[in-house]
Amino acid sequence: MTARIIALLRFCYDFVVGDDWRVALGVVAALAVTYGISTTSIPAWWILPAAVAILLPVSLWRVTRL
Amino acid sequence: MGSGALFAAVFLACLVEAVEALTIVLAAGAGRDWRSAITGASTALAVLALIVAALGPALTAVPLGALRLVVGGLLLIFGLQWLRKAILRAGGLKARHDETAVYRTELAAAQAAPPGNRGIIADWYSFILSFKGVLLEGLEVAFIALTFGANQRNIPLAAAAAVAAVIIVTVTGVAVREPLARVPENTMKFAVGVMLTSFGVYWGAEGAGASWPGGDTALLVVVPAVALFALALVVALRLITSSLRASATAQAGRP
Repeated sequence: MTARIIALLRFCYDFVVGDDWRVALGVVAALAVTYGISTTSIPAWWILPAAVAILLPVSLWRVTRL
Repeated sequence: MGSGALFAAVFLACLVEAVEALTIVLAAGAGRDWRSAITGASTALAVLALIVAALGPALTAVPLGALRLVVGGLLLIFGLQWLRKAILRAGGLKARHDETAVYRTELAAAQAAPPGNRGIIADWYSFILSFKGVLLEGLEVAFIALTFGANQRNIPLAAAAAVAAVIIVTVTGVAVREPLARVPENTMKFAVGVMLTSFGVYWGAEGAGASWPGGDTALLVVVPAVALFALALVVALRLITSSLRASATAQAGRP
């Protein structure tokens, strides 16, 4: 039973997070920053595009180093 | 987002996953028992339909802001995964998805497995192989259809796009009885990655409280911008891989 629960959790993790957990963490952090800035008078729409512009090349760069 | 874009995104994503699922079902059927393989695939499709039917109404009841925050974030994570793999494949750092090779591997495994029946299922291995293949490939599509559909308050259209893709792949698969290796899967995965990432960026930012300049029309800039950025990364990766190969060749040539 425990093994099945662990397998299910592992499947959920792989399904949502995927190969690079840093990307998922970066997206969550960028959403949090967007929310924080959106409560001020500063425009916040650019944060997620900026996050993509950083996260994707960094994730790819890590693969080229392996 | 227009209905056309919703339909196209779900249809493309579903088409790619359906082609992969078809390869597994074909291997299970050709290698062991067609009836059990088709029963497994049909059972998985029924489970997926149940998931969409159960979660669809529940998702549309969630306030749009909260839905876009969660769904936007998940779509963005999904989209970046798809795009990352597609860029690595296009850049030569990951093997391209080859349905013929996958089919051969699955077929060999299916033929080597011991026979066995359970209840009304004549061949349990074929049933489980097909069921798992269709369910696992389909879960991602169900998620995409549900999230895109719920965000646009049009789950029936998203479901129709998914069903249309499944029907096209099934009919083609039954007609040719071999993996659909000619489908440009890698290009389609790249396109789906661009769409998921773009809509994830757009909805995620909106859900987190940001306002896009120009409202919905911002998507007309975001989608091509993500596509161009991804293509630029492919070019950069190809340059890196070719220079790495050149230096490896030079090192190998040294005495």
